[in-house]
Amino acid sequence: MLQDKDRIFTDLYGQQSWRLEAARKRGDWDGTKDLLLKGQDWIIDEMKKSGLRGRGGAGFPTGLKWSFMPKQSDGRPSYLVVNADEGEPGTCKDRDMMRHDPHKLVEGCLIAGFAMRAVAAYIYIRGEFYREAENLQGAIDEAYAAGLIGKNACGSGYDFDVFVHRGAGAYICGEETALIESLEGKKGQPRLKPPFPAAVGLYGCPTTVNNVETIAVAPEILRRGVSWWTGLGRPNNTGTKIFSISGHVNKPLNVEEEMGIPLRELIDKHAGGVIGGWDNLLAVIPGGSSVPCLPAAICSNILMDFDSLREAQSGLGTAAVIVMDKSTDIVDAICRLSHFYMHESCGQCTPCREGTGWMWRVMTRLVRGDAELDEVDTLLDVTYQVEGHTICALGDAAAWPIQGLLRHFRPEVERRIREHKQSRAAAE
Amino acid sequence: MPKLTIDGKEIEVAEGLSVLQACELAGVEIPRFCYHDRLSVAGNCRMCLVEMERAPKPIASCAMPVGEGMVIKTDTDKVKKARNGVMEFLLINHPLDCPICDQGGECDLQDQAMAYGFDRSRFAENKRAVTEKYMGPLIKTIMTRCIQCTRCVRFATEVAGVEQLGLVNRGENAEITTLEQAVASELSGNLVDVCPVGALTSGPYAFVARPWELRKTDSVDVLDAVGSNIRVDARGREVLRVLPRLHEGVNEEWINDKTRHACDGLSRQRLDRPYLRNGAGRLEAVSWSVAFKAIAERLKGVPGERVAAIAGDLCDAESMLALKDLMAGLGSANLDCRQDGALIDPSCRAGYLFNTTIAGIEQADAALLVGTNPRWEAALVNARLRKRFLQGNFGVGLVGQPVDLTYPYDYLGAGPETLSAVAEGNGAFAEILEKAQRPMLILGMGALARPDGAAVLAAARAIAERYGMVPSGNGDDGWNGFNLLHTAAARVGGLDLGFVPGDGGRDIEGIYQGCEDGAIEVLYLLGADELKIGRLGEAGKGPFVIYQGHHGDAGAHRADVILPGAAYTEKNATYVNTEGRVQLARLATFPPGEAREDWTILRALSEVVGQRLPYDNLGQLRQRLIEVNRVFAAVDQIEPVAWGAFGTPGRMDPAPFVSPIGVFYMTDPISRASETMAQCVEAFSLGVRKGVTGTHG
Repeated sequence: MLQDKDRIFTDLYGQQSWRLEAARKRGDWDGTKDLLLKGQDWIIDEMKKSGLRGRGGAGFPTGLKWSFMPKQSDGRPSYLVVNADEGEPGTCKDRDMMRHDPHKLVEGCLIAGFAMRAVAAYIYIRGEFYREAENLQGAIDEAYAAGLIGKNACGSGYDFDVFVHRGAGAYICGEETALIESLEGKKGQPRLKPPFPAAVGLYGCPTTVNNVETIAVAPEILRRGVSWWTGLGRPNNTGTKIFSISGHVNKPLNVEEEMGIPLRELIDKHAGGVIGGWDNLLAVIPGGSSVPCLPAAICSNILMDFDSLREAQSGLGTAAVIVMDKSTDIVDAICRLSHFYMHESCGQCTPCREGTGWMWRVMTRLVRGDAELDEVDTLLDVTYQVEGHTICALGDAAAWPIQGLLRHFRPEVERRIREHKQSRAAAE
Repeated sequence: MPKLTIDGKEIEVAEGLSVLQACELAGVEIPRFCYHDRLSVAGNCRMCLVEMERAPKPIASCAMPVGEGMVIKTDTDKVKKARNGVMEFLLINHPLDCPICDQGGECDLQDQAMAYGFDRSRFAENKRAVTEKYMGPLIKTIMTRCIQCTRCVRFATEVAGVEQLGLVNRGENAEITTLEQAVASELSGNLVDVCPVGALTSGPYAFVARPWELRKTDSVDVLDAVGSNIRVDARGREVLRVLPRLHEGVNEEWINDKTRHACDGLSRQRLDRPYLRNGAGRLEAVSWSVAFKAIAERLKGVPGERVAAIAGDLCDAESMLALKDLMAGLGSANLDCRQDGALIDPSCRAGYLFNTTIAGIEQADAALLVGTNPRWEAALVNARLRKRFLQGNFGVGLVGQPVDLTYPYDYLGAGPETLSAVAEGNGAFAEILEKAQRPMLILGMGALARPDGAAVLAAARAIAERYGMVPSGNGDDGWNGFNLLHTAAARVGGLDLGFVPGDGGRDIEGIYQGCEDGAIEVLYLLGADELKIGRLGEAGKGPFVIYQGHHGDAGAHRADVILPGAAYTEKNATYVNTEGRVQLARLATFPPGEAREDWTILRALSEVVGQRLPYDNLGQLRQRLIEVNRVFAAVDQIEPVAWGAFGTPGRMDPAPFVSPIGVFYMTDPISRASETMAQCVEAFSLGVRKGVTGTHG
């Protein structure tokens, strides 16, 4: 269990003020200038050594991502874009961070932006996060006033601007290239890759898109040192992570924990346990709605990090733990997720546009059991036809929950079909 | 030159190609819907997925640039499964209405479903339906068939330059729409061609025919001077539709809406038998021999200088040559093929051609447009200018009417005064021309068809010479940026074969005067309708007018004798486009009734009037054509033309330049007879929407 001294987000619950003065007391903006003066290469090197993996879901090594940015400008400016369009169902970590501790993000923007030689950071915040955007803008204004960002940021001689842009609540705008399109004022539709944003991103310029949490932890890693960070968690899954625990637990919450904490410990220690006790657990979606669910048997001894969950054919995703006890209609729950993905599909590419609707329609029938047994295989086949064939990962995200359901709860699905058939036969 | 392996075969291709293009070069066909050679890459249909070594997922080959050492596999089970999957997805919401779909038989989806489709459906849910959209009189929409490939959106925004189409809503609810506006582009018909399914189909052609019923003839268009390459589809005696044919040098694969949709005018208002004005002043149907005899009688004893001939805008070179030879036999030098009165100097070929060539526009780096609206006068030249503009670094200046050209330009002024200023090197645009390596000038008929046309032409020549637009002869690259943009398909051919006043002959203005003062007794109009008909005098009082043509238009109305000829789809004929490119139109249907191919009419008439023309078949006539001017031997070839002196420097009238085309959709007898073009005028020029009453629901 993570000790208090190792916590980065010391005001995750808003018990203190979010303003600059309080943030400084918590250690933010401490020696930022010295960090900057160590140079871009040092920062990127340290980030690489820390093994920090992107906190937005895909878990791509952050230092490596930053190093893709051009070291020499070809005349175009570089940009840092912060993805604060937190829309993954179950996930609410960035929200609390921005509401209660926004200076962590602002400082992170400066350091990350400096490291990748960006001239400005654009924070694309989900439109529904109204108060969060207010606080974030407040923090930015404070930082400007204190000379921490803007011209000659922190007295380092580096000029850096930070802008907040409010989105309009489309889930797809959390996909990095769709986010860039939206930021440019266009319809939020993912772009084809290549070219990757590091080559052609925002306004056609080199751009890196990072999750809020990734950026916010960067200053602390540099301040406390790589060895501190790598001492937490497991190899290749280092550091701390904020877990959003929701669903059938006694005390839903956001909590910062060490990577690789056992799921059971996470739920029992922080969330007050599953309602009705651990034995009442049906399944857990461990990383936000898009990853496959895990049945109770696997949950009992799974570790919460990228590699361990991947081995269990699920994923850490955004580390949004959705707990479902035995009162849950698991088929209906997954069906609701299917509806979400159908609703949020941008409609650009064929498999996702057509497939998400198809999957949801079959799922609604499976909830009632109004289907043939061989349709279960058809549905599974459709999910594989969508997965990996789309422009962005939304297709995968729509397919995985259903794959997870059928992997672990197929007997339940088939039972419903049989029962429905029997009741129909009885009625006739 | 990256080397890559495609299905085990190594191939070296040019840098910057996509994997899909490389596969095509390697002889591997990749199915696709959204990908189109001439549009930006969308990569959204996912039909072109292929496997790439070291890539975890299949890649969209249309969007992946080739790289050194790539290993591409297109025939694996994974690829096959991906394609079948995409095909299945496309078909689940696509209606199975192929039997009543106009795209049937030439539908990409239908064809590819044969190769990649499944023979039954696993989709047990309800299909989606989409409400129809209004896109104007030319485009019929059945949006339920749409597969959201966005080719139409990309065509409209990129090639046509009208941002009217878009994809609204998202997910399954995504729809292509113009928000109930007609697509206000002269290239809108191409939307139907780029649509890979039956969502956008041709409105006028709806339910008319099936592709396999049609007889297809490769030909060229004559409704403007671009000479777009077309395919004429006919059934029986009727031309049912006109489609573009690929020609990189001219029209790429687009045609304008007039070219495409004016074909219904070919079966209306036709002259299908000879007519003679009787004693009561009425036109009366007669036989060919009676008509010929009346002409011979009227010509008897009339000296050559009292006879004149004018060739119209749609005339082929063969008939113009036959008429020229006949006039020579009659002793007349009063000929003109410039019926609009454009003071083009026929003495130097470089002085009346579009020397840069249409494809050459892409090499230019600045353009000065003078007295022209290329969007209406030559829509595909305008499309090239836009294409060049999109490549960037292309300054365009306009002297004339300020119109929407679909790309931004510097508006310099309205008339000759601005032209003089540019010629003297004044103004910001003069600097752009000065700096340009390959500047071009496009001179429209609006600047020449006026009394001071010769002076304007000379001023334009001076500009071309001043800014180094023309070959100086001492070792430059031969760039010629001086261009005349013609509006008449017959014009360059007529000038090439010398259908202009001979020694002491009258030009068009002289002929008008001759008609007015009685010096011209017999006037031969070869398809000439865009005349100042009032100046020819009234029938019975003015000169004896012989009209040979295919439509009952202005010329026929005034005529004393009408000889029914053939339209461009009804004869094997030679046309020369504005670039000086000799192209052949081919007979797709026979002329209606007693109408005949035009040169044969002149050949027959020549015998009756005692001036037998020395050719009995088309081969001999074409031989004579080549004797007159060697350019007619080089079909579809462009040869550089020597620069020379032309134009007559003089005082220019300060009146502004006005484009000769007021209404794009009606410029000639064929389009004026077309019902579809009338609907276009209603929709686009008058802004009327059919069926909309205000209370229509």
